Amino acid sequence: MFLKNKKQINKRFLSYSLAINEAVYQMMSKNKSVFVIGQGVKSPWYVGNTCRDLLKKFGPKMVMDTPISENVTTGVGIGAGMVNMKPIVIFPRMDFMMYALDPIINEAANWHYMFGGKANADVVIRAIINRGGEQGAQHSQALQSLFTHIPGLKVVMPATAYDAKGLMISAIRDPNPVIYIDDRWLYDVKDHVPQKIYSVPIGKGAIRKIGKDITIVAISYMVKEALIAAAELRKQKIDAEIIDLRSAWPIDIPLIIKSVKKTGRLLITEAAWSSGSISSEINSQIARQSFKYLKAPIERLCLPDCPAPVSKILEQAYYLTSKDVIKKVKNILNYV
Amino acid sequence: MTKSKYSKSFLLKLYQQMLEIRLFEESLIEPILSGEIKTPCHLYTGEEAVAVGVCAALNKKDYAFGNHRSHGHYLAKGGDLKALMSEIFGKSTGCSRGRGGSMHIIDKKAGFLGATPIIAGTVPLAVGTALALKIKKKNRLTVTFFGDGATAEGVISEAFNFSALHKLPILFICENNLYATHMPITESLANPKIYLQPKTYGIKSVRADGNDVIKVFETAKKMITQIKKHKGPAFIEFLTYRMRGHVGPDDNIQGTHTDIRKSREIEVWKKRDPIKKMEKFLIKNKFLDQSKIKKNYQKINKKIEQAKTFSRHSPYPKKNELLKYVFKK
Repeated sequence: MFLKNKKQINKRFLSYSLAINEAVYQMMSKNKSVFVIGQGVKSPWYVGNTCRDLLKKFGPKMVMDTPISENVTTGVGIGAGMVNMKPIVIFPRMDFMMYALDPIINEAANWHYMFGGKANADVVIRAIINRGGEQGAQHSQALQSLFTHIPGLKVVMPATAYDAKGLMISAIRDPNPVIYIDDRWLYDVKDHVPQKIYSVPIGKGAIRKIGKDITIVAISYMVKEALIAAAELRKQKIDAEIIDLRSAWPIDIPLIIKSVKKTGRLLITEAAWSSGSISSEINSQIARQSFKYLKAPIERLCLPDCPAPVSKILEQAYYLTSKDVIKKVKNILNYV
Repeated sequence: MTKSKYSKSFLLKLYQQMLEIRLFEESLIEPILSGEIKTPCHLYTGEEAVAVGVCAALNKKDYAFGNHRSHGHYLAKGGDLKALMSEIFGKSTGCSRGRGGSMHIIDKKAGFLGATPIIAGTVPLAVGTALALKIKKKNRLTVTFFGDGATAEGVISEAFNFSALHKLPILFICENNLYATHMPITESLANPKIYLQPKTYGIKSVRADGNDVIKVFETAKKMITQIKKHKGPAFIEFLTYRMRGHVGPDDNIQGTHTDIRKSREIEVWKKRDPIKKMEKFLIKNKFLDQSKIKKNYQKINKKIEQAKTFSRHSPYPKKNELLKYVFKK
């Protein structure tokens, strides 16, 4: 409940996972073309409670649990989206999405451009990052940067329950292929989620905390850690501004520039590998466009460039917490 | 082929469609060799009976997807000839507004929903449109054209399983032209009897002569009846042969006569030319004579030349529109 404030008292709170669930449920009720397809969509073991009641309400035709055939399943979703259906293709573990790179990258992402705007791949592809718990290399990966690299794809990564619902609704309404990435480590996060259907714009970040000393751009799960770090830093008289990126592509560069103009310092944090990533893209763009405002080099806090380990001692060394954010912020502030 | 149970007009339509595809393809050779056309063209010469026979069995509203060698599929499904020519010339009047070239072509009005050159790449998309038809309870179907090479891709097996599992209205058309790019089928597939592959999924599947347009039409018609009756997919392997290279007029390197195929093999298949075969049949039935044939060639060649002139005079896409169409607004 890290976003709770006075204004939100007496408002309805919902968990991140149930916010996703509500968005899909409401959009399926409203629009008969919306359907869900993917492996394990009827199994809470796979998808948590994000698909709760969907099968019961809409039946197996609109909530299709599939064989372990990621390539065809994704292609089927994309194809259906070409003829006035609105599929939500679900990957309970993002790692398995690698079998589906052809339909996503070669077909869906290029579809509108390569046919000169005559057709489009109207599809949401939802991928779950399912890390931790000693799952190791092939069940823990956060691979968003593969998709932000590709022209024609939009990539959203909500960090709050409010955005989890609003971005899902926007993704469903968007006529382009949208990769919607949610992180299991956020499923129990609760904040204010209106009951009505509302949208959160794709490509717009949000300031989660106003500050003047340093800008922290955080993505997905790291927003939560950055806010915990900011509260701790405040006690030490360090006032950090926290930007929740919300969309990994398009990136809200103007929002970041505006903040960096004020703070002169930038930390980008993402629970994914640093090399060739969204954070390196932000780093590059801000270094070029805001060079004259910077008082210190831009820093990044990302996962070490190695596969996810299993042993809990190594896992602790691998994943990031608010403590790592605090340490990094202090380093930047100590730069002379 | 002996006496016909079909009307003269229907048979002449099949013949003319095949001829139009043939002459369209052959008209590209000179500009390819001169360098006027740069986009890689995988010519359909020799395989016309498959596209024409199958599309004659479809309704206009049925969907079709193609592959890298799809000029024939596009035209047979009713795609606009001028727009195809312009696309190959890279012009803004092209069916993909000069962003697609020969390998990325579309005509949604004709139900031709797209051809792309990643082998088997459009097959799962086609299955998806069949799923959409089933969900929306439309009495229509999707046909997906691919080659023998595509059946070595894993997603084909996934597509068989998925479409059979969900009983989807899809007709898989495999054009077995004996070569997967440069690779003879015997070096590419452990079992070259491709039609056996889908049988293991319970899919109705047959092999047929792909150079006899009437047989193609009849086989497709029969399999479409199966699809509608059994509410599930069907598969046809058509045996055929490409008379030109994998890409361009000759194999491997355009214009340098590096064809890897045995000349004897080519001679055998030349005798099975689907257009010559149909011509003979029509003459025998007195639906066609030499003067009509000549007139036909002239008429079609004129249409193609007009399309070329139109394409040559059409503007290129504007440079400042390079980024247009990355996203749909």
